Amino acid sequence: MRVSFFITCLGDIFYANAGKSAVELLERLGCEVDFPPTQTCCGQPAYNSGYHKETLEVAKHMVEVFEHADYVVGISGSCVYMIHEYVHLFEDGSNWQKRAKALKRKTYELTQFIVDVLGIEDVGASYHGTATYHTSCHMTRLLGVKEAPFRLLENVKGLRLIDLPNRNDCCGFGGTFSVKMASISEQMVDEKVQHIEETEADLLLGADGSCLMNIGGRITRQGKPIEVKHIAEILNSRGEE
Amino acid sequence: MPMHIGEKDFRKRVSKGISDDYMRGAVRSAQERLQNRRAAAAEELGDWEEWRTLGQQIRSHTIEHLDYYLHQLSDKVAELGGHVFFAETGEEANEYIKQVIQKKNAKKIAKSKSMVTEEISMNAALEEIGCEVIETDLGEYILQIDDHDPPSHIVAPALHKNKEQIRDVFKERLNYKKTEHPEELALFAREKLREEFLAADVGITGCNFAVAESGSFALVTNEGNARMVTALPNTQITVMGMERIVPGWEELDIVVSLLTRAAVGQKLTSYITALTGPKQAEEADGPEEFHLVIVDNGRSKILGTEFQEALHCIRCAACINVCPVYRHVGGHAYGSIYPGPIGAVLSPLLSDYDEYKELPYASSLCGACTEVCPVKIPLHEQLIMHRRKIVEDEKKSTLAERVAMRGFEQIVHSANLYRTATKMAPFLTTPFAKNNRITKGPGPLRNWTDIRDLPQPANERFRDWFKKRNKQGGAI
Ligand code: SF4
Repeated sequence: MRVSFFITCLGDIFYANAGKSAVELLERLGCEVDFPPTQTCCGQPAYNSGYHKETLEVAKHMVEVFEHADYVVGISGSCVYMIHEYVHLFEDGSNWQKRAKALKRKTYELTQFIVDVLGIEDVGASYHGTATYHTSCHMTRLLGVKEAPFRLLENVKGLRLIDLPNRNDCCGFGGTFSVKMASISEQMVDEKVQHIEETEADLLLGADGSCLMNIGGRITRQGKPIEVKHIAEILNSRGEE
Repeated sequence: MPMHIGEKDFRKRVSKGISDDYMRGAVRSAQERLQNRRAAAAEELGDWEEWRTLGQQIRSHTIEHLDYYLHQLSDKVAELGGHVFFAETGEEANEYIKQVIQKKNAKKIAKSKSMVTEEISMNAALEEIGCEVIETDLGEYILQIDDHDPPSHIVAPALHKNKEQIRDVFKERLNYKKTEHPEELALFAREKLREEFLAADVGITGCNFAVAESGSFALVTNEGNARMVTALPNTQITVMGMERIVPGWEELDIVVSLLTRAAVGQKLTSYITALTGPKQAEEADGPEEFHLVIVDNGRSKILGTEFQEALHCIRCAACINVCPVYRHVGGHAYGSIYPGPIGAVLSPLLSDYDEYKELPYASSLCGACTEVCPVKIPLHEQLIMHRRKIVEDEKKSTLAERVAMRGFEQIVHSANLYRTATKMAPFLTTPFAKNNRITKGPGPLRNWTDIRDLPQPANERFRDWFKKRNKQGGAI
């Protein structure tokens, strides 16, 4: 199966490891992975801030970049959802909208793709440790991917997964919200970190770089001994830890 | 603007909320209780999603044909001998209500809970002409005797106070001598209020839903106070927001079921009162004179816009009860009698962006509100629409942001510029990084790093790795 990989801007700049793991994992599961190098950001920062004219240009670019792919797989639920949203940016019935619809149909988040398209729940990973998993809002509520990450993590040998209390609460990232409403965002991320601590897990996992950057940044600021990783890194892990 | 509450400056209101530990404790426990109860009630119903769809359909049909149903309603009320007044503004509504009261020479007014009367500041208008207005809903009563503390929640107006604080208010103002047990507090208030009901000349109620086909209106309470307000005084005035209407009894049944479940997790509340016009010849009680005041106050200008769905709201507060922003800042921080997600959508519409420009941004767009709304209002999307309007139509965003977004578009839109920019990221940030972390970011990064670290961009981007790897001929 041919997969065009969508790294997302944060992944490209900050989380190269997550991207590498995802690519290796997909290959291990039998996919042929390419990386369209002209891809950029999904446009979400502009869209959520109300700059829809600007987003439209970004959307057109991304539609063109991925148009010829069989499948597009991204490592962030919220950026994948943004690609799905392009459909609503274009005029109803327009050619652009048709192209955006076609892209939407073949664009998946990594765990969703593995479980729903490849039909695999056990990726043969093993990792020794205790982890908790942060369910990102856009991935669960908007993209509707609720179960896939859990199915995959449950099958990782040696991994003890602990339920995160109040797991449906937002971590307080919210794009520009995190800087525009910094004081509110701080309260939200603190509450999240507190719940993570309650689990006594050594490792926090997530499937969305932006949430991990927010929670992880707060964890290191507070000097807490909790590691933060993208779910792809664990799913690609073969027991070396 | 009458619906405004508290300090003018949004940031000050937020800081005040965040530093109020009592309030936050009270809000947190109320939110948790209400969330759990709502979820259990929805589950018990089984096909909650179908109910939501039905609710959405009813609301959207009704609002699409609002003119028709409002006419039907007012014709029915008139047929029954009631008076109907359409008020375009809050002032017009207050003027009319004052006239009715003055004609009756009334002094004492018993009132049941109503958000629309808060919205138009009716109490203040009536107090100006020398009336005594007594709030008979327990929450409203507590706030009223606590120097008119404004409501912080649309269903439980005193949600920001814990029971100890309520006990203290009663102690200080009413010489209360018992404990903070909710039953004792409620019993005490009930006794006080009963005296007031008997002496009231006019009763004023809000309206959860008017029923167009019969000219009735329904009140949903857990205290039964609305029943007293409508049964005892000779004159009754009901004030309704223009959109609070359903076509018939069948639809009423559905929206009330959604309301009570979403609001408090009950199949039905203790009292659901439906009243139809003034007392008829064969009836034993009820008001002799009945006035229905239908308040527009900015609603009709929402019709036909991208915000029309905001008028579908049935004021259940489920969105408020799940909102993490609300949990941390409390209702007063919104500066509007309508707080939380629906408040952030509605307040700028009923008032304007000058007054409430921050509210659409006071959301992480987590979508918890949208997920829970019993009539499926896409609340977080409506907040994005507000942002779009502020930026593109009102041109009210800051110059710095406009420049940044224009730059963003150009970079992201051009693969080459984007590649250069991401390549530059580690070099630009290196001077600020320590141990692969940036703790004091330059310029716009400051607001981020004031609170959390930023990872230092890796020297080798993902794309560099991928390219190198492919050159080397596949997997490493
Ligand atoms: S917007 Fe929806 S959830 Fe919020 S109060 Fe209105 S009906 Fe309830």
